[in-house]
Amino acid sequence: MAKTYVSATINGESAEFLCETQQTLLDVLRDVIGLTGSKEGCGSGDCGACSVIVDDRLVCSCLMLGVEAEGKSITTIEGIANGDTLHPIQQKFLEYAALQCGFCTPGLIVATKALLDENPNPTETEARYWLAGNLCRCTGYDKVIRAVMDVAADMRGETVA
Amino acid sequence: MTSLSYAAPTSVDDAVKLLAGSAGLAKVLSGGTDLLVQMRSGRLKPELIVDTKKIPGIIGIREENGAFIIGAGTPGAVVEAHAGLNAAWPGLVEALDLIGSTQVQGRCSLAGNLCNASPAADSVPALFAAGATAIIVGSKGRREVPVEQIPTGPGRTSLAKDEFILEFKLPVRPARSSDAYLRFIPRTEMDIAVVGCGISVTLDANGVCTAARVSLGAVAPTVLLVQEAADVLIGHTLDADTLAKLDAVAQAACKPITDKRGTIEYRTKIAGVLARRVAAIAFDRANGIKNGKAH
Repeated sequence: MAKTYVSATINGESAEFLCETQQTLLDVLRDVIGLTGSKEGCGSGDCGACSVIVDDRLVCSCLMLGVEAEGKSITTIEGIANGDTLHPIQQKFLEYAALQCGFCTPGLIVATKALLDENPNPTETEARYWLAGNLCRCTGYDKVIRAVMDVAADMRGETVA
Repeated sequence: MTSLSYAAPTSVDDAVKLLAGSAGLAKVLSGGTDLLVQMRSGRLKPELIVDTKKIPGIIGIREENGAFIIGAGTPGAVVEAHAGLNAAWPGLVEALDLIGSTQVQGRCSLAGNLCNASPAADSVPALFAAGATAIIVGSKGRREVPVEQIPTGPGRTSLAKDEFILEFKLPVRPARSSDAYLRFIPRTEMDIAVVGCGISVTLDANGVCTAARVSLGAVAPTVLLVQEAADVLIGHTLDADTLAKLDAVAQAACKPITDKRGTIEYRTKIAGVLARRVAAIAFDRANGIKNGKAH
C-alpha cells in the first residue's frame, strides 16, 4: 500500500515518517515513532487519553490523521518534562495523588498544559469544563482539579495557604 | 482491503477535480471529528479523502460590508475566540461551543457539523436561525444556498459528489437583533442533544419583534426551520400569550422518534419548553440585556 511521507516537528525536534492514510496521528505516534505515552482509550474522541497539542491547539490524536501532521508542530506527553525534571504540572499530580491507574494521566497533563498556556488563571468551573473531555474512572476528578488549581497558582507565582 | 488515498489540494479547482474524478466514495475532510469515527467503525469506507484545509480562505473569519464570512473548515475554538461574532451572533457561538470537548473544539467545523447531517447537531439550529447561507463550490461553479436546504435526512445532504462548502455568510445584523441556542441533555457537558433550539430575533424600539427565525433540532429526521413559530413572535412582545403560542407551535412542529435519549412525548414537551427559554434569552439580548451564556 502506498505510504505518504510526512515531515513534522514533534516535541521540538524534526521528525519524518511514512504512514498510510487511515493511520491516525495516535497510531503514528505509538506504532511508527514509538512514543507510547499517548494512550488509546476509546479511539472515538470521547475520552481524551490521546490528547496532544498541535500548533498550540489541544486535539485528540485519535481524531486526526497522521498525514495531516505535515508541517505541524506537535507536543505529546513525552515533551512536557524538561529532561529528567518533571514539569510542575506532573509534580503536582504526584503530590496530590491525582491519579491511580494512570491511563488517563498523560492526556490530563497535556490538556492541563494547554489550559494554563491559554488561561493561566482559570476558575475551578473553567478548569472543570476545559477538562470535561478527559475521562478518569479512578480519581473522581477532585484530586485532579485540586492539583490543577494549585499548580496554576504556583505557576503564576502565588502561594496557596 | 482497498487502499485509501489522501490528497490535500491547495485550490478549489483541484479539490473539485479530485472529488469528481474519484471512482469510489470520496469524502471531504475538515476537522474529521465525525469522519474519522465513522471510518473507524466501518460505517464509511471511502477510497479517497480530500483534505480541504489547505485551500485559501476555508479557515478564518472576515467581515464584508458588515456581514461575517466564516470559512467552512474554521475550528470551533477559533469561532469562539472571535469578539465580533460573540457580540453579533452569541447564539451561534454558544451552539458551536456545545459540540464535544475542548479537544473536539480544536478541530470541529460548522461545515462538518452541517454536512454530517445529524438531526441533533448543535450548531445547525443556530445556523438555520441565523439565516446563514453556504457558498458551495463544484464542477458547475459556485452557488449560494440557504443552509436549511443542505441536510435532507440523517447523514444525507443536497450536495453533489463534486461539491463542498467553501464558506458561510451571515446576514448583516440590524440594530436590536440577537440570537440564542439551548440544548437539553441530562448532564452539563459532553452529550448529544435530546432537543436543541435556536432562535434569532430583531426587535423595534418598543421591544416588538419585527423579524424572527426559529429552529428545532433532534425532533425530526433533519433540523427544522419552524416558520409557524417565527410567525407567532413577529408583531408581538414576548408576553405570556406569545410564549404560550410559541410553546404550542414548537410542539406541533415536532416529528421525533423514541430512542434511548427520550420518547416522542418527552421530546415534544421539551421542544416547547426550550423554545420559551431560548426566546426569552434572545429577546433579552436584543433588548441589550446581557445574560451571559444561555447554557
